[in-house]
Amino acid sequence: MDKYDVIIIGGACAGMSAALYTSRRALKTLVVTTTIGGQLALTTEVENYPGILSVTGPELARKLKEQAEKSGAMIKIGQALDVIKAEDGYVIKTSIGDFEAKAVILAFGLKQRQIGVPGEKELTGRGVAYCATCDAPFFKNKKVGVVGGGNSAFDAAEYLSRIASEVHLFVRSDKYRAEQTLVNAVQQAKNIVIHNYTDIKEFIGSNKLEKVMLVNNQSNEKSELALDGVFIEIGWESQTKKIGGVADLVKLDERGYVVVDNQSRTSTPGIYAAGDVTDTPFKQAVISAGEGAKAAMSAAKYLQQLTGVGGSEELRPDWVNAKRK
Amino acid sequence: MEIKFTDANFDAEVKNYTDGPVLVDFFAPWCGPCQMMAPIIEELANEVAGTGIKVGKLNVDEEQAKAQDYGVMSIPTIIIFKNGQAQETLVGVQDKDSLKQKLESLK
Repeated sequence: MDKYDVIIIGGACAGMSAALYTSRRALKTLVVTTTIGGQLALTTEVENYPGILSVTGPELARKLKEQAEKSGAMIKIGQALDVIKAEDGYVIKTSIGDFEAKAVILAFGLKQRQIGVPGEKELTGRGVAYCATCDAPFFKNKKVGVVGGGNSAFDAAEYLSRIASEVHLFVRSDKYRAEQTLVNAVQQAKNIVIHNYTDIKEFIGSNKLEKVMLVNNQSNEKSELALDGVFIEIGWESQTKKIGGVADLVKLDERGYVVVDNQSRTSTPGIYAAGDVTDTPFKQAVISAGEGAKAAMSAAKYLQQLTGVGGSEELRPDWVNAKRK
Repeated sequence: MEIKFTDANFDAEVKNYTDGPVLVDFFAPWCGPCQMMAPIIEELANEVAGTGIKVGKLNVDEEQAKAQDYGVMSIPTIIIFKNGQAQETLVGVQDKDSLKQKLESLK
């Protein structure tokens, strides 16, 4: 089994930033991740990352990866399956093999929420979609639906109204969480119909999506609507309970977020967490990057006390080391 | 090197190819998840070079006919062909090793 000082689960802002910091401390670092960039890679323009005027999400994600690799981190694409306490640290079981580390940093962020109704999984990629900017062009002059009541749903509806012939927006209540300017744009678009108090109960189609079963959650009245595509934009959710062992090893809050202290420590020594996976109330690229660095430095400190790896001397700020060279 | 599939070369490169499996990544340059897939496809193509396995990409922004024929409605979509027949369709970002395993099992 390959052994590392630190294994980081997740390869977006928090994970790559943590990898940069641990590998610069000469700690043998592995990043296991299903994506490069996570939510960031789905963002079109990023204009609020300090020091960078404007960059596309995928471009920033690629730079984070390059920088982590350049500093010595190993990055592997795979799904973490289990985190298991071992005698000398932790074993991470993944879809691409098992790895061992003395310290672990959880940085796997959030996953796009699914509705969880029949037909959704089967018809994903066959009419059911989760990325409007990616898949909208397939629905040129077609009839589409959008599910959700927040910014991403209203944004998707507005964007799709310029490509599709007809857009149906399904909102669970009559309260919209989207910004007023977006709500106005959607309400003014001639080809968008808003269905309040409406849930999708089933996606129906043999080889591709043909129609949806709708239910009015006030009257319980059911109806069917023929649609070529439906974009699901109902936000993001924690996946801490989907990776085995995480929920047993570290304390989670009621929403499934990892509880951390101000040094990115979880309730278990040797396990750290950073970014959207944690209970931080602010989900921002720059915050995740900062937390990744913090988690890395805490992990380095832990390893130094444990094994002396990462320098036998007390950890010093970078500028102190630089001056000595 | 990964192959650039087009509507024009699709029959020759994919449909009528019988020396091994062919992986086609339907993508568009603007799509974030497709950009995540790009380095994975490139590495995979290099790793299977010379084995009879073909790996390449088809830009659905430039050409839509084949994407439509195979019902591609989400990108990235990866379809693995063997003897011209679609064997497996995968939607979304995939990891390199499981793609490689699938290709090798179809050899």
